[in-house]
Amino acid sequence: MLVGLAFTSPWLIGFVVFALGPVIASAYLSLTDYPLMRAPVFVGLGNYTELLGDEKFWRYAVLNTLFMFLEIPVAIGVAIALAMLLNQRLRGITLYRTLFFLPSIVPAVATAMLWRWIFNSEYGLLNAGLNSIGLPSIGWLTDPRWSKPSFILMDVWGAGGAMVIYLASLQGVPEHLYEAAHLDGAGWWSRTRFVTLPMLSPVILFSVITGVIGTFQYFTQAFIMTRGGPELSTLFYALYLFDNAFQYFKMGYACALAWVLFVITLICTLIVFRSSAKWVYYEGN
Amino acid sequence: MLKRPAKLLNAAISYTTLTLLAGAFCVPFLWMVSTSLKPDTEIFAQGVHWIPRTPQWSNYPAALTAFPFARYLGNTLFIAITCSLGVVLSSSLVAYGFSRVRWPGRDALFLLMLSTIMLPEQVTLIPVFILFRKLGWTGTYLPLIVPSFFGAAISIFLLRQFFRTIPQELSDAAEIDGCSDWQIFTGIVLPLSRPALATIGLLVFINRWMDYMGPLVYLHRPEQYTLALGLYSFIGRHGAEWNLLMAAATVVTLPLVAVFFLAQKQFIEGITLTGMKG
Repeated sequence: MLVGLAFTSPWLIGFVVFALGPVIASAYLSLTDYPLMRAPVFVGLGNYTELLGDEKFWRYAVLNTLFMFLEIPVAIGVAIALAMLLNQRLRGITLYRTLFFLPSIVPAVATAMLWRWIFNSEYGLLNAGLNSIGLPSIGWLTDPRWSKPSFILMDVWGAGGAMVIYLASLQGVPEHLYEAAHLDGAGWWSRTRFVTLPMLSPVILFSVITGVIGTFQYFTQAFIMTRGGPELSTLFYALYLFDNAFQYFKMGYACALAWVLFVITLICTLIVFRSSAKWVYYEGN
Repeated sequence: MLKRPAKLLNAAISYTTLTLLAGAFCVPFLWMVSTSLKPDTEIFAQGVHWIPRTPQWSNYPAALTAFPFARYLGNTLFIAITCSLGVVLSSSLVAYGFSRVRWPGRDALFLLMLSTIMLPEQVTLIPVFILFRKLGWTGTYLPLIVPSFFGAAISIFLLRQFFRTIPQELSDAAEIDGCSDWQIFTGIVLPLSRPALATIGLLVFINRWMDYMGPLVYLHRPEQYTLALGLYSFIGRHGAEWNLLMAAATVVTLPLVAVFFLAQKQFIEGITLTGMKG
């Protein structure tokens, strides 16, 4: 017992100091008015009632949920499609795998800068390309209707990270399943639908859950690319939280925002888990 | 014999699709490098020009002297390397406790540890910030580094999985010879786990190299900035000089590409493991 505790003590201490303690502190602070320079003043559920009447909060919660519903299917779809393309026995396939993977290791700040330039409405590559085939320019990051799809396009470029995970699990699909399907006369679509996708479903479940958590914490790219604009169409929840904490120093209110974020992600995760019994296939069951 | 032409056709379709898509994925990279070599006059030219008429190699030294690059590189390396060491050291200790030692409550605690992965960073961000502020650590590297020495849940999980594959007989034999757990840990388990330790060190390094929010919250003085922060402050001062910005972005990206090619295997393994079994 003592030996076990001794070995795990770094994590135990870290858990108390950096997770458990802060969670309790955050719950308490969310019930206070705390402008950082003065001591916190207990206000009960004041922050939460303020939150319910905060038009911005609703806007960003809805905006972020909408973004989640756009981003997750696209990201997963692209990653699976790439993985299936790359899971073939072809000469030079490793070179292709590398090419698709590389964008995902570009630091977020550099990615955001690069895409800001590509999306530039006057001199950017995308509009220059559109103009050269006779199409009008698009305000990728300046038109509120286009700003979210633009973020998704940028994220698709970084789909290589997820692609690698799907590729690894595709390589684990036993060959005999495909052979059996083939003998039964299954075409490409049926093989994908009834063999590949069920075998990938545990990984898809994992992607959906990390996607839910990830989209609600979407920060660096948004902070650098648009700072929430145009017309607040990309003011993601995490940006609003950050501004409340570190721009307006409304620490209590920011903690309340964080707790609501936690509850939202928890509910989404639970829904996904509940539904997973219907669509996730585990080997051996 | 009928199968051969069909196979060839299939391969041709695959290659065409792959090449077109790979081309599309390369475009942003090529555009970054192309812009970084253009003189000011060509950046704002009409139409798409891939190859600068007169490549301005001088954009690179100009970009790197426009902000204290060497200093930021040093700061970033210091943080990334210290954090890698911290996470590898602490996580391997904890993972040993969670896998090679039997004790009551172990599995419950392990589950608790796994569940912390679900905790959004934002919930703990503010109290942890206040804690570091009370300690007088804001404006120093300590808030960015110290937490690494208390283990990271995903790394602990990965190492535990790896440690479990080491045959128990090895530990049993060592125990009979009178070795303590500490000796088994340092003498048997760690040496056998070098590949896993390297993978984790690498992932932490990359992660810290890219980190933006941590330095943004905790570092105030420009001379402490990391490359990620420096790059961002660069936008503020040279907003329209896209050639210099792209040169700087290329330089910040290159080390990661180099690390990737040097350690491709660990890289892919690490991503697969953290992604699949989280």
